[in-house]
Amino acid sequence: MADLDDAKVVDPGIDDKIKLLTPERIEQVAKKVLTKECSARLKIYLETCVHCALCSDACHTYLSRDKDPDFSPVAKVKDTMWELVKRKGKVDGAFIKKAARIAFTECGTCRRCSMYCPFGIDIAYLIMTIRRFCHLLGVVPQYMQDTTNSHSVAMNQMWVQQDDWIDTLMWQEEDASDEVEGLRIPLDKEGADVMYSVIGPEPKILAQLIANMAIIFNVAGEDWTMPSRDGWDNSNMAMFSGDFEIMGRIERLHWERAAQLKVKKVVMGECGHAFRGAVYDGAKWSGWKGPPIPMVHAVEYYHDIIKSGRIKIARKIEGPVTVQDPCNVVRGRGLHNKLRYIMNTLCEDFRDTNPRNELNYCCAAGGGVINCGPPWKPSRMKSIRVKAEQFRETGADLIVTPCHNCHSGIEDIIGYYDLGMHVSFISELLMKTMEMPGE
Amino acid sequence: MYELVRGPLVWIALIVFVGGSLVKIVRMIALADKEKSIIPTMSAKFGMRSVIRWVIPFATTNERLHPVVTIVSFSFHFCLLLTPLFVMGHAVLWEESWGISWWSLPAGVADVMTLIVIFSFLLLFLRRVSSPEVRNVTSFKDYVILFLVVAPFLTGFIAHQQWLPADAMIILHIVTGALWLIAIPFTWLSHMLWFIFTRAFMGSEFGAVRNARDW
Repeated sequence: MADLDDAKVVDPGIDDKIKLLTPERIEQVAKKVLTKECSARLKIYLETCVHCALCSDACHTYLSRDKDPDFSPVAKVKDTMWELVKRKGKVDGAFIKKAARIAFTECGTCRRCSMYCPFGIDIAYLIMTIRRFCHLLGVVPQYMQDTTNSHSVAMNQMWVQQDDWIDTLMWQEEDASDEVEGLRIPLDKEGADVMYSVIGPEPKILAQLIANMAIIFNVAGEDWTMPSRDGWDNSNMAMFSGDFEIMGRIERLHWERAAQLKVKKVVMGECGHAFRGAVYDGAKWSGWKGPPIPMVHAVEYYHDIIKSGRIKIARKIEGPVTVQDPCNVVRGRGLHNKLRYIMNTLCEDFRDTNPRNELNYCCAAGGGVINCGPPWKPSRMKSIRVKAEQFRETGADLIVTPCHNCHSGIEDIIGYYDLGMHVSFISELLMKTMEMPGE
Repeated sequence: MYELVRGPLVWIALIVFVGGSLVKIVRMIALADKEKSIIPTMSAKFGMRSVIRWVIPFATTNERLHPVVTIVSFSFHFCLLLTPLFVMGHAVLWEESWGISWWSLPAGVADVMTLIVIFSFLLLFLRRVSSPEVRNVTSFKDYVILFLVVAPFLTGFIAHQQWLPADAMIILHIVTGALWLIAIPFTWLSHMLWFIFTRAFMGSEFGAVRNARDW
């Protein structure tokens, strides 16, 4: 039985937009998505599924909601894609409201269920296709649509203006130079080894993280640069709202900026979905097998500079610390061993989670779920009880996660489930543990 | 009647099954080729790594999480595929019709394997009825398909034991068997055709692209 409170949530991006639809428009969009945009994968997944429901135990929403069968991954597909196909796109507003609720707020497309399905059916892809259908109808949770609008207008997620961007970098350069004398954040340095890109929320609300990274690059002696103009933002909420045209535009600009700067690789900050957008979804939409220039996630970069001795760890974090494996860099890149190498090097008392690595539970914030905004927060909190229990079992008082969505999601979990813990990025740990020049 | 089902009906079933499956596979590959990123993603090494991992009982997390389902579904599929190919009664027909002599199972072993299929069917049926998450996604059609799968085994077993008039049972056995074959390309029984493709694609995506395990 679906949760009645969740079904009653009012979201103008969904409810008001549904009122504008006509049956003809709905059918036309359904046809476009089901027959023009999707072919082999959709067909083979729909034909192969034997309705065994063995995917159920993979899903944090199913487990967190007392194994309510409506929250099983296959049930989410049944209530959205199966019905859309069966009715040949002749669906009504009530169906679209339900489909949008399920696809945007009850599935984070974390792909854990693909590891449980005996056939390896990509259930996240089917859910993402429903989001695409909703987007083409103009039905997207309002908060999420706002981030997509920002991407399309400002070419970053948080309406950051050009002068704000430069100003923030200069401000962070000044702050960071208190730690490392003569530190610079080199802008538009052509031919540098590394271009560093961040997600929109960093200059907007977490600017300190840029200073942290500047310090790390400087101590490691990296030849690096940041772009002064658009293309600096590697985040991509359009990927999650179903607006694949904007998604592609964002990724192309990001890679074009890197190509103009003639860098050897792009290192990105601690974010999961941005990695997914740049390396997988954005690349595929552009018809590329992979990104045109190597993309190195912060976890991999930290691992390499610690292991090779380019930065030295002078002291360790005391007290019990645990970690959150972000789906998009663990299930999506296999960085879990490198993450654990970092954790064990920086922390005296690292306590691993169970389950862990590729099998870790999603934070319920990723995949755009947290971006659906405050109206959906109560639902999201109900969907993530297993994560709270998992953290509580570790007995840690600090949770480290190299992902912005995980970070915000876990802060909510800590508050809602009263865990009494804190969340931290790895760069914040490095600021406390790494050897600074002159030490 | 017997001649009619033994002759034309079996031919029709075989042609529809083999022809239908081939046409479906060829069309699916052509369709996959249009989606530019599917075929380039496929990796022989990681695709096979995933396929092999998933056909070994208890080699994956989810198989270990559901031990009863794992034992039942592995023995079900094993006996379901091998019994019809190697049961003595069928071996005789292969020989009679096409002169192919075939290794065949001792009668006792074939009986046990048939009973395993029937017993596993009962357990899978019970799971569909009793487990809320499975019942929720099960429709009438799913039950029909499940019954269709077990019907040739049930009728074959009864005919072999001669519990009911053997002639009628044999005809029922052939008819249900033919329907079973015909249904494969057109229902979710086609997971028999698609398993290797979907598994290999997910294995390639996880292994070759994402550097992660898919089990």
